[in-house]
Amino acid sequence: MAEDFVIEMLHITKEFPGIKANDDITLQLRRGEIHALLGENGAGKSTLMSVLFGLYQPEKGVIKKDGKEVRIKDPNDANRLGIGMVHQHFKLVECFTVLDNIILGVEETRFGFLRKDEARKKVVALSEKYGLRVDPDALVEDISVGMQQRVEILKMLYRDNDILIFDEPTAVLTPQEIDELMEIMRGFKAEGKSILFITHKLNEIMAVADRCTVLRKGRCMGTVDIASTTKEELSRMMVGRDVSFAVEKKPAQPGEPILEVENLVVPSKVHKNDAVKGVSFQARAGEILCIAGIEGNGQSELVYGITGLEKVTGGHIRLCGQDITDAPIRERSKAGMSHIPEDRHKHGLVLDYTLGQNMILQRYWQPQFQNHGFIRKAEVEQYAEKLIRQYDVRSGQGVDTIARSMSGGNQQKAIIAREIDKEPQLLVAVQPTRGLDVGAIEYIHKQLVAERDAGRAVLLISLELDEVMNLSDRILVMYEGEIVGEFDPAKTTVQELGLYMAGGKKQGEAKA
Amino acid sequence: MKKSRKPLSQNAALIGVLASLLSIVIGLLLGYLLLVILNPGASAKGMAAMLGTGIASLDKFGKVLYQAAPLMMCGLSVGFAFKTGLFNIGAPGQYTMGTFFALVCAIQFQLPWYLCLLAAMIGGAVWGIFPGLFKALFNVNEVITSIMFNWIGMYLVNLLIANMPTMLASAWGASNSDRTAALSSANPGAIIPKGGLDKLFGNSSWINISVLITIVVAIVIWVVLQKTTFGYELKACGLNKDASQYAGINAKRNIILSMVIAGALSGLGGGIYYLAGTVQYVIEKSVLAMGFNGIPVALLANSNPIGVIFSALFISYIQVGGAAMQPEYSPETTDIVIAVIIYLAAFALLMRGVISKAFANRKQKEAAKK
Ligand SMILES: Nc1ncnc2c1ncn2[C@@H]1O[C@H](COP(=O)(O)OP(=O)(O)OP(=O)(O)O)[C@@H](O)[C@H]1O
Ligand SMILES: [Mg+2]
Repeated sequence: MAEDFVIEMLHITKEFPGIKANDDITLQLRRGEIHALLGENGAGKSTLMSVLFGLYQPEKGVIKKDGKEVRIKDPNDANRLGIGMVHQHFKLVECFTVLDNIILGVEETRFGFLRKDEARKKVVALSEKYGLRVDPDALVEDISVGMQQRVEILKMLYRDNDILIFDEPTAVLTPQEIDELMEIMRGFKAEGKSILFITHKLNEIMAVADRCTVLRKGRCMGTVDIASTTKEELSRMMVGRDVSFAVEKKPAQPGEPILEVENLVVPSKVHKNDAVKGVSFQARAGEILCIAGIEGNGQSELVYGITGLEKVTGGHIRLCGQDITDAPIRERSKAGMSHIPEDRHKHGLVLDYTLGQNMILQRYWQPQFQNHGFIRKAEVEQYAEKLIRQYDVRSGQGVDTIARSMSGGNQQKAIIAREIDKEPQLLVAVQPTRGLDVGAIEYIHKQLVAERDAGRAVLLISLELDEVMNLSDRILVMYEGEIVGEFDPAKTTVQELGLYMAGGKKQGEAKA
Repeated sequence: MKKSRKPLSQNAALIGVLASLLSIVIGLLLGYLLLVILNPGASAKGMAAMLGTGIASLDKFGKVLYQAAPLMMCGLSVGFAFKTGLFNIGAPGQYTMGTFFALVCAIQFQLPWYLCLLAAMIGGAVWGIFPGLFKALFNVNEVITSIMFNWIGMYLVNLLIANMPTMLASAWGASNSDRTAALSSANPGAIIPKGGLDKLFGNSSWINISVLITIVVAIVIWVVLQKTTFGYELKACGLNKDASQYAGINAKRNIILSMVIAGALSGLGGGIYYLAGTVQYVIEKSVLAMGFNGIPVALLANSNPIGVIFSALFISYIQVGGAAMQPEYSPETTDIVIAVIIYLAAFALLMRGVISKAFANRKQKEAAKK
């Protein structure tokens, strides 16, 4: 009669300065189920999971494991109870090898010396068993995010955890990797492991989860069975209104070319070959041009080249007719370029600055914000508050919030607000909606379309074919550093794009 | 939601101050333990001397201020560079160069004190620019270059002074040729004026306006870091290099500028100390400790320019007290004790974590009670 709950979190309350991140939340995890956790950006999902993992101590509430009350003071306690977590922003030691990262903290030693042979055997065995491909000897800084995530998963398995927390694991993965991860999660479930799974993508919840708990602004809105619910209902529960998944937009009316790229060559950081091999294209005013492709085919490097983060070794870039091939980043910015970067923590934010200070990261030098070299604090605050309100950036202390303490999705919203508000001629947006909730995605998509309609060029780099098909006016597919096809989203299919993305076809050759 | 007051436990500045105080107390306790071990009979008296001397007389307090001034400059130098993400271990070399430039202007060129101080800043800046250039252009770690330039600077200065006959005391009526001339005989106009402070401090022979100069400099540095776009850029570089590149901030230029400013600050420290007219530069084969002491001064203050004022005063206070512990304790042992106190005091960083934890625990217990 009593249900078999492996973990129960009862009436959890956790406060941060200025905000109740969790307010009387109850979450019960059945043994052997995949339990999704859904909620808007800043709803308190990561906080709740961090409480379970021992990173935060709740002010109120109890946690039970197998029906017995437990106190989890730190991640070591969590580990002893068999709880493991893959964090939203990975926590790996960059300059260590994969193997070292996996065994870090639970190293076996003999006479004070590491015994890595056995550890290696166990890691290799685990990785084969679950299909988690990793190279044990590669340095973490050299491997892709997908592999970094597999390392995080192996870390949990290596510790024999059977309660697995995944905090937005799919936000950083390619569609192919997401399918693999879903398979892996199903495998875990079949073995009787219990999984807590945070994601903003409703399709994924519908595909793998058994039940879903929905949070809104720190409160629990209830738990539903996936079998008896729909995407629409879930999103209504989460944001309190209907969300439209399709993007409404009028046909594009492209004008003058804004960005002209000619035979661009950008070297790779990982291998000796060039990552971008002589790419040419134009992005015109009033259109959303999308570069699609499987991760690692040179899209990132193409963006680095265009935005100036990386020196190009050949070709030309012109912005509004002005040659910016070798221009410093500030000059590009002045010439009208905005950039929503791929990695928000590395490039997008100074995490130890406040939200207000981050909002002027690209503009602090403009007369509006400084007077003879002195920052005009009042202006900055006013401006930041305007953006915060307009883009609904949620945080504990408004402009004074340290960016590091904000939820991942709200950090992303802050960056988007800053870059769009710069009123650029060209907006380079790399995975702009990564980590955003459905409501926020809807809003950002509208903003991107509005930018387009205002006569700006939007260069969108996205791995998500849904987004690509919905948003873009023109699609270029990139494969192994070259553009292999150009498509009109109205006249192509996801399947056709996939074929080109995988390198199975090339437009020039097809004609010949 | 605007301007809601932060709860006590979240106030980073308060935690910082508490952490510094706590580490000072621990440092003093350990220092006392050392005194007991080294000479149990005199330990109580020794400790009393160390803690009491600085305020025992106005003259001694004047000395505390006098010594604090150059320490403050070196602390500012290290702290400023640190805010930019650079570890300026080259303060001793910059300090020595500043000293040299100041003394050459004072003795060789007979310039007034303010021009000599300006020269000191230039000297320090010149010595700071090299590690900055190497770091910015060739990505050579500034710590390595700075350490090398400490030694190069010292030997170069010794070599130059030894070969400049007019610089030496022997040229100005004294007999020794291992040190620079006393300013009172070589150029009284180069001595930093006392500005009436000596009257306030019971005719203290130490005090001059340098401590006021350094406090003003500390405030200026604070303003630069907190209020200007330049400070915004520098701190961004220190906190996240990739993001500052993304923001179009010229990191190379900032690294060089930061080292130049840090060097100028250390150099000014050297000028201030040697233009007081109370000491002469002695040609010795060791890097001057004053620059190195800037490191604990900066650490204790968490690199905050205003905090540096107080941490420099504290360390100077301990040093003046330590000097009064003789003859019961030899100068070497007092040096060890002072070093223990100073370096433990620099544990402030560690203490910050401890205090935040303690706060958090208390808050939890209170919450649990409710
Ligand atoms: N360490 C912290 N200090 C202060 N505030 C915090 C901290 N961590 C989280 N918060 C605040 O708590 C709220 C909930 O954050 P949390 O990270 O749990 O959101 P989330 O549901 O995971 O959102 P997202 O989908 O964007 O990742 C946010 O408003 C955030 O600003
Ligand atoms: Mg989160």
